Amino acid sequence: MEKVLLPRPPVSRRQILGRVGAASLALVAAPAMADTTVDLPFVGGQAKRLVTGAFPQKGALILQRTRPPLLETPFDVFDHSVFTPNDQFFVRWHWAIIPTEVDVASFRLTVRGHVNQTLTLSLNDILALPQAELVAVNQCSGNSRGYFQPPVPGAQWSNGAMGNARWTGVLLKDVLDRAGVKAGAIQVRFSGMDEPVVPDAPDYMKSLAIDHARDGEVMIAYAMNGQQLPLLNGFPLRLIVPGWYSTYWVKMLSDIEVLDQLDTQFWTKTAYTIPDTPGGNVRPGETGFNLVPISRMLPRSFITNIKEGDAFEIGTSAVARGIAFGGDAGVSRVDFSSDGGTDWREAELGTDHGKYSFRQWQIRFTLPARGKQVLMVRCTSSSGEVQGDTPIWNPSGFMRNVIERTAVVVA
Amino acid sequence: MVRVPLTIACAMSVALAPFGAQTQSRLSLESVNVDLPPGDDLFPDGPGVDAINNNCLACHSADMVLSQPPFPRAQWDAVAHKMLTAYKAPIDPKDVNAIVDYLASVKGVK
Ligand code: HEC
Repeated sequence: MEKVLLPRPPVSRRQILGRVGAASLALVAAPAMADTTVDLPFVGGQAKRLVTGAFPQKGALILQRTRPPLLETPFDVFDHSVFTPNDQFFVRWHWAIIPTEVDVASFRLTVRGHVNQTLTLSLNDILALPQAELVAVNQCSGNSRGYFQPPVPGAQWSNGAMGNARWTGVLLKDVLDRAGVKAGAIQVRFSGMDEPVVPDAPDYMKSLAIDHARDGEVMIAYAMNGQQLPLLNGFPLRLIVPGWYSTYWVKMLSDIEVLDQLDTQFWTKTAYTIPDTPGGNVRPGETGFNLVPISRMLPRSFITNIKEGDAFEIGTSAVARGIAFGGDAGVSRVDFSSDGGTDWREAELGTDHGKYSFRQWQIRFTLPARGKQVLMVRCTSSSGEVQGDTPIWNPSGFMRNVIERTAVVVA
Repeated sequence: MVRVPLTIACAMSVALAPFGAQTQSRLSLESVNVDLPPGDDLFPDGPGVDAINNNCLACHSADMVLSQPPFPRAQWDAVAHKMLTAYKAPIDPKDVNAIVDYLASVKGVK
């Protein structure tokens, strides 16, 4: 791991140009790949899933649902790089009518509603705006839902419904300024090209407060890790809401509506809500709490090079490494315990790619006693939030961020 | 060790200089046309399988349901009703009981 904490130079536009050309050649068909299976170690028993290569522009991913696709990043991918490769970046759609053909010449993004002038922007119009770039973690609200006890309905994700990428595009603020937001605007609503299968079912839309939308960080991305987005990650345009769960990161973004009243449609007001309690935590069966829209992420950290049940030799020095992120803040420190949480030592941090990015960490340790030992890792964010010791619970299975435990065997 | 990355960083920033905001080069995006797997498998046999096949495959493939952990019957009943009310599933009211029976039998808490 590098000791020098220099931000990585951004991918140059020339590099992007070069890579996009190459990427487009690979679009023709999904790679032929033998399907294997993986056992996700949920509490109620191992859950078997196919590892599939059957989706276009995508490599090996854990199949959670075929239609509309829910595809999870196999966890070892997070050990290879701090940036999650586009072809193994997780995929998550709500409705099954997803355009499979996107023509870059005819695509338009509309900006309308409580604005001085409606805009109908082509991709070339957007590419001509000042370019912005940011590294940020994109994590599903329900990442790790499969570990909830008692279990809750919904996609039974392990820990791979997250990824970290360098996003290139334009600031949402620049686009809104060109339309001219009128006084009295309250929220901005985003919708993509996907559609519900049943006509009167609620179309997928999400809204942000007007000040959040204009904060100079929320972006409209046309590239991820220097290449155009895979269709299943939202080609051609995706909203980037740094530090917030990916429910807000609307894919195939085609419509932006500035609202002068609160958005009351289903996906903003009713779905994706959490108990209004610390950490979104309630007791199973508890009632009488208020629900509020989910928003910013919490700190998390993972060991990526050691798996549950791995064997270690007594008294021999070993290295643990992994990734951490602060949620909506940077990583201040990562602590590691090799004795089930009695003693903690501070790990060494890798390159800082910005406060919204994964941060790599590593530490040397020795296990002095034979038998089962529990390795633990804990992130403290730069805003002082620390991962907790006991798992939270809520009926939707959102926001899990407990300290992860990996039991190993010392002989 | 410390100097090497610094030198690289400087070299990179020099190389980037001509691409300032004014002379921004165009990234060209390529049109995409793909096929997605249909996800049209039916539910495995069980009591009431016709009811679930007829009502629960319009919006998502069967694996959405089959990958769920086992739940008590009351929770499956709540799931079926959520499909009706929240997602406007066009489910024949006569079939709801048969669907919940199927779920409680195939994915029920034993
Ligand atoms: C009108 C469309 C539609 C129909 C028909 C439908 N569902 Fe769903 N279902 C949805 C949507 C939308 C979701 C949420 C998808 C997501 O989050 O990706 C969902 C999610 C689910 C989930 C996951 C739990 C959850 O609440 O998200 C289960 C289980 C489920 N459906 C079962 C069923 C069963 C059983 C039937 C038949 C009675 C059914 N569905 C019919 C639209 C539908």
